[in-house]
Amino acid sequence: MIFTIKVNGQAHIVDVDDDTPLLWVLRDVLGMTGTKFGCGMALCGACTVHVDGVAIRSCVTPIDSVGTSEITTIEAIGATVVGARIQKAWLDREVVQCGYCQSGQIMSAADLLATNANPTDAEIDDAMSGNICRCGTYARIREAIKQAAAT
Amino acid sequence: MIVDQQAPRVSGPSEPPSVNTLSRRNFLRAGAAAGGGLVLSLRLPFATGEAEAAADNVFTPNAFVRIGSDGKIVLIMPYVEMGQGTYTAIPMLIAEELEVELQQIRLEHAPPNEKLYVNPLLGIQATGNSNAIRGAWQPLRQAGAVARNMLVTAAARHWNVDPTSCHAERGEVIHEATGRRLSYGELAAEAARMPVPENVALKRPQDFNLIGTPAKRLDTPAKVNGTAVFGIDVRPPGVKVATLAQSPVFGGRLKSVDDTAAKAINGVRQIVRLDDAVAVVADHMGAAKKGLEALVTEWDDGPHARLTTEAIAAELDEALLTPGAVAENIGDVDHAMAGAATKVEATYRLPFLAHATMEPMNCTVHLREDGCEIWVGTQALAKAQATAAETAGLPLDKVVVHNHLIGGGFGRRLEADWIARAVEIAKHVDGPVKVVWTREEDIQHDMYRPMFAHRLSAGLDGMGMPVAWNNHYAGSSVIARYLPPAFNNGLDPDTTEGAIDLVYDLPNLHVEYVRVEPPGIPTAFWRSVGPSRNVFVVESFMDELAAAVKQDPVAYRLALLDKTPRAKAVLALAAERIGWGERLPPRVGRGVSLQNAFATHMAQIAEVEVAKDGTVRVRRVVCAVDCGTAVNPDTVAAQIQGGIIFGITAALYGEITLKDGRVEQGNFDTYQILRMDEAPNIEVHIVQSQELPGGMGEAGTSAIGPAVTNAIFAATGKRLRKLPVEASALKQPV
Repeated sequence: MIFTIKVNGQAHIVDVDDDTPLLWVLRDVLGMTGTKFGCGMALCGACTVHVDGVAIRSCVTPIDSVGTSEITTIEAIGATVVGARIQKAWLDREVVQCGYCQSGQIMSAADLLATNANPTDAEIDDAMSGNICRCGTYARIREAIKQAAAT
Repeated sequence: MIVDQQAPRVSGPSEPPSVNTLSRRNFLRAGAAAGGGLVLSLRLPFATGEAEAAADNVFTPNAFVRIGSDGKIVLIMPYVEMGQGTYTAIPMLIAEELEVELQQIRLEHAPPNEKLYVNPLLGIQATGNSNAIRGAWQPLRQAGAVARNMLVTAAARHWNVDPTSCHAERGEVIHEATGRRLSYGELAAEAARMPVPENVALKRPQDFNLIGTPAKRLDTPAKVNGTAVFGIDVRPPGVKVATLAQSPVFGGRLKSVDDTAAKAINGVRQIVRLDDAVAVVADHMGAAKKGLEALVTEWDDGPHARLTTEAIAAELDEALLTPGAVAENIGDVDHAMAGAATKVEATYRLPFLAHATMEPMNCTVHLREDGCEIWVGTQALAKAQATAAETAGLPLDKVVVHNHLIGGGFGRRLEADWIARAVEIAKHVDGPVKVVWTREEDIQHDMYRPMFAHRLSAGLDGMGMPVAWNNHYAGSSVIARYLPPAFNNGLDPDTTEGAIDLVYDLPNLHVEYVRVEPPGIPTAFWRSVGPSRNVFVVESFMDELAAAVKQDPVAYRLALLDKTPRAKAVLALAAERIGWGERLPPRVGRGVSLQNAFATHMAQIAEVEVAKDGTVRVRRVVCAVDCGTAVNPDTVAAQIQGGIIFGITAALYGEITLKDGRVEQGNFDTYQILRMDEAPNIEVHIVQSQELPGGMGEAGTSAIGPAVTNAIFAATGKRLRKLPVEASALKQPV
């Protein structure tokens, strides 16, 4: 089936089955590989993107559910005020190790701060516990979110 | 500094520079670079045992420093970046002595090259065993100092002045009296003609500008904006995407496949049948996965069809009753045991563990009749190349490997099984194919941290102190498969690390290892390898001894540490920083562990809370570490923080089990990973030290397990001798 989806402000026409997860449309069809595959079952958060500003797991989001929504990925999140702040905090706090999960972490954090400018520790835990980091960078993610919130 | 994500070249640095001088110590040569400039060639050790091999007189360089006439400084080195910060810490070593800014160094990953990189004894080019900094510490600083010396000599000759009247600073040589300056680029060609100095003094630690000061990781910017390229991200023109199902039982065979439904799926291009696997090749992973689910597959399960972990555990228990290879023997344990006032015995059991790297196994292959190109993230580049060549039936020089950033290694990417798989599939595919494993395939066809059983016994004197210590254990030797020359007389350095050379002063000690290879499940290195088991066992048992004679576990350990002051210091520091001895609420407890592993001394104290239903929450961890010189202290802290999370995951959740020969876990719902809401506060205290640097990638992981279970004992009185923690055993009695 032919779908027209809007990613990072640009329209793209893709021809895939209607149940194809958005993740694979982004990565394999459109070549936007910043969004990562981790589990395929919405268990790890590596594939997190925004649909109309809300963080979703693209590995379980069928393309036919996206419609005309605005999709934002890690490649463009730096263009938002919150996204840029978060990326800066991630660098300032030396969050990253292997880096594979960090696209998803940043997208979850960006959704959190866009809706809650000053989250408590518990709210950060709630928003971020769907994102697994195997390198164990959680403490620094928490600090970076607080830094981004404070700027 | 710029980090190259891809090193597509197999020529260039693999051609040795024209050699004109050989230093006396045979570690380094200097010569002219092809395009003008200075090249230093040196040898860095790779893996376990290589330090011994370096005594060999054959000079086989594997790292190069090139100072071009254009002023560019390129370090070509064999270690890979997988999150451990090696791409920052290693250049710090050379920049310190060369007197350049860290940012002036460009890093390239060495390509695979059998002639240059393969160690004659071990045959391996790999990054693992937390030894990159340990190996590079001396040779890279020496290389930097030698190059600086040659550049200064060249400048002095140019100006016709005494070299001692000149000094190097930020990539320039300066003649102090006249203020004249020449850049390294201007001097490089001339420097290449200077003699290699035989004795160049290295800086004193108090003069370090870079080493010991936190440096920003230089590979991070690309990892926060989506531009970092991991192996899974490559897209050569025309690439197809494949995913696969391997025989659910190790050693089974593919019997039949009905692919009618799969072939009808939009985007599915091809079904590839292998002896023991089937793959679906498609335009994208969505179609490939859907195709795989639509296959109707029958397997011949083979000889391990009924295998269970219980059966393997029974075999290990049996092996505990048979004699093994003596790993260490001090004094006379039997005699001391006979005279002991108190005897303590315990058996400990450790499970199989999967690596579960966040980036699932993947490899992209373009196989042509006359050559093979592969794109992958590997910890063992030469092994990757050799495996691809062997599988493709091509000579080594026809295989080009593009290595990439690694989305988690932890030992998994020291193997090459998934590379062989990808090449097998590529043999059936016209054009490039990217083979991506599903998470289920990744967990169910991992190569696992081996299951082990340990039987400990000790004899205590009238004061309660240990006079006899016996550790008899059984399990798989990964080294015997991976590096056969390092397995000798029934022993290898990995299975024994952490079980022998203990920090404690034990007058009579006997350690014996029985190698038992489990059928039907492959074993491999896993972050902190031997110590991940041995430290758990030793530190649990030490805690049991203290408890048996009702002594404080910290004081009990301290009394045994007079001969190991570094160990004693970190334990005392951790105890002080956490406030050891404070009164704690009910069901809250603190537990300690101490180790010397990877040449790093570390003490950890964990504070846990055990809920009424038995759920364990690690609330706080204090870690004191003496890793010698901390090259990049921020990376040291990061590795400890991350290593502790990795180890808590294993302690609380980690277990791979087999039923009917099949791995029962499949995704992050059944193979749980610690999440942010479960992550404790971690405090890291680094002891200031000028000792040689120790390894940091793994030490944090091995130390935390026993600290957690000892804390559970303190909180509940329940001693856990088997990992992972069984919450149901910790329920509060009504």
